[in-house]
Amino acid sequence: MHVNRRSGILACILAATLAAACEKASQVPTVHIGLIAELSGDLPAVGASSRTAAEMAVSQVNDAGGLTIGGRSYRVELAIEDNASKADQSASAAQKLASDSDIVAIVGPNASLGAIPAAEIAESSGMVMITPWSTNPKTTLDTRTGAPKKYVFRACFTDPFEGRVLARFALDTLHAHTAAILYDQSSEAPKSQSELFKTIFAEAGGTIVASETYTSGDKDFSAQLTKINQSAPDVVFLPAYYNDVPLVVQQAKRLGIKAPFLGSDAWSSPDLIKLSDNAVEGFYFCNHYAPDVATPEAARFVRAYTETYKRAPDDVAALTYDAFGLLFEALRGAGQVDRRATRDALAKIPTYTGVTGTMRFPEGSGDPIKSAVMLQIRGGKFVWVTNANP
Amino acid sequence: MSTPKLHAPSHRHRKGMLPALLAGGLAASYLLPYFGVLSPYVQLILISVGVNIILTSSLNLVNGYMGEFSVGHAGFMAVGAYGAAVLSVNVLPYGAAAPWLFPLAIVAGGLAAALLGCVVALLSFKTRGDYLAIVTLAFLMIVKSTLENLDVVGGARGFLGIEKLTTLPWVVAWSVATIWVIRNLVHSRYGRDIQAVRDDEIAANQTGVDTRRAKVLAFSVSSFFAGVAGGLLAHHLQFINPRMFDIAKSTDMLVMVYLGGIGSLGGSILGATIYTLLLEALRPLGAFRMMLMPLMLVLLMLFRPRGIMGMREFSWLLPACDRDAREAAASDVDKDGKA
Repeated sequence: MHVNRRSGILACILAATLAAACEKASQVPTVHIGLIAELSGDLPAVGASSRTAAEMAVSQVNDAGGLTIGGRSYRVELAIEDNASKADQSASAAQKLASDSDIVAIVGPNASLGAIPAAEIAESSGMVMITPWSTNPKTTLDTRTGAPKKYVFRACFTDPFEGRVLARFALDTLHAHTAAILYDQSSEAPKSQSELFKTIFAEAGGTIVASETYTSGDKDFSAQLTKINQSAPDVVFLPAYYNDVPLVVQQAKRLGIKAPFLGSDAWSSPDLIKLSDNAVEGFYFCNHYAPDVATPEAARFVRAYTETYKRAPDDVAALTYDAFGLLFEALRGAGQVDRRATRDALAKIPTYTGVTGTMRFPEGSGDPIKSAVMLQIRGGKFVWVTNANP
Repeated sequence: MSTPKLHAPSHRHRKGMLPALLAGGLAASYLLPYFGVLSPYVQLILISVGVNIILTSSLNLVNGYMGEFSVGHAGFMAVGAYGAAVLSVNVLPYGAAAPWLFPLAIVAGGLAAALLGCVVALLSFKTRGDYLAIVTLAFLMIVKSTLENLDVVGGARGFLGIEKLTTLPWVVAWSVATIWVIRNLVHSRYGRDIQAVRDDEIAANQTGVDTRRAKVLAFSVSSFFAGVAGGLLAHHLQFINPRMFDIAKSTDMLVMVYLGGIGSLGGSILGATIYTLLLEALRPLGAFRMMLMPLMLVLLMLFRPRGIMGMREFSWLLPACDRDAREAAASDVDKDGKA
């Protein structure tokens, strides 16, 4: 009997928590947009930038009187989900947002390891997903058929383009003949970027003298770096996220590696310079935009962002802002708050000029054609070196 | 407290009620979402509650009823998840084309996990207690590293392209099946053998209990259902990677088992439900959520070391004979108390 009474109380508590979980927000004409960001886990700087830029984009629209869709003015509201920089939590966050019929589209996740599983779910549930920063080709391609996904778009260029830009830069600007590669084999973007770099560098006459790998979470790279040092490369390609780079470059310095490191767009957080204690000075990486040589759109964004958040926007912030810009334009064009109509309107946008340059979407593809920039780390700042056009 | 005479009719009355309730639950799990009464978000939570109930009650068979400390349950789950996913994506006609083959994939995933469960059971013949815990930990690491280096299933990056086939009725059906099988097992002769291993293995051996058979049975049934839960999760999340099935996942399951109470299926149901709902309800707390849950565990160990239902059972989960025996005992205690 004791047990029965107690279970009754427990059932009441359970029912109450369930009811609390189901409560819905107020019913003002509102359009809800989901944001999946890396707020905790390995890449908190990425998530923080994405979140602040998203909040800025949304508050700018709301302050200007809302988003006009089909003659009615809507307030924009964000539903932010943390994916802890993990693939499985990206999938569950996407499942959660997709199951909520109020959410019309999602922006994010940023890193490819989360964007790829989330994209699968967005595609199968018929909801637009724009990833600001995921460069891996697989994000927008169907896993089974290899055809482009219908509902998944991105605001950035893709790995094949970036790999080509980096390989050409190593050959033409740095005059490198040999290159070594070190990459995280458990992460999507680094793996595909290094494979493409390998192919393109070798095709253009260079030689890959060492190719070493590690797994997410490794902190000691001395074995791999010793091998790389023995092979004496002209340049070391390190397509790693900003959290791994400082450890690698500091250990490389201690081992006496003199060759410059070449990085991918995953380097581009201001945290990189803070964490690596000057060990990245003089190194190069490929990026989505250069804040120091800005177009009028970029200048306006950089100014507003710096005023609000008291720090310079990195590329994730800029790309998230562009992803929202694209989505707002699609919603205006759709004329109704509907997942399918939003997708169709988004697919019809031929070119969009955003903070990170002009994006041109080829017919039936979610991958924009846009240019990249090469930056150098000089005096604790990211400095523009050259532009690379598709 | 009431006398046994007053109780007997209510049991006979209840006899038909449980199946009716279960059938009603299964029908509701299909009809409520169909007519849009349950929001998809609630369905999502209910599905994870169901999957966790399967995991918790199957782990309870080894950790609670057999008294061993297995931390490798996530490994069995991983084998089931990958087994079922590979089968439904690469072997069987693709997902939506033949949804009736879904249970086949799940059962196959479960069987693959059960096979490995047998292997761990063989190892448990020679080791006990802490040492067996280390063996199960090693087993978990082997499974995770193997999957991380198997490129055919995506390696460390994970397995993509799984069709969404797990629905609420499937989860309800599998949860009920799990509880039913384990309940009947622990109250059968074989189940008594399993519990004898917990109470005193040497004495059990001396009195003619085949402890080896008991161990093989407990491990294989337990890992079968862990595999089933893995298969259901894979087809719910549509994505799996080896990192999901690490020691943290096993810890989650252990928390649910010990929260609910060892050696109690009712406890497993409660533990899994409370843990899952609480984690979801505390989501607004963000990172603090992960500090609150372990704190809860510390408090639980201090004040209720046996969990909510430790070694006790809801009467509807007991077989009729046990129920009568228990009530007779309870009324005896009452009489003694009054006397």
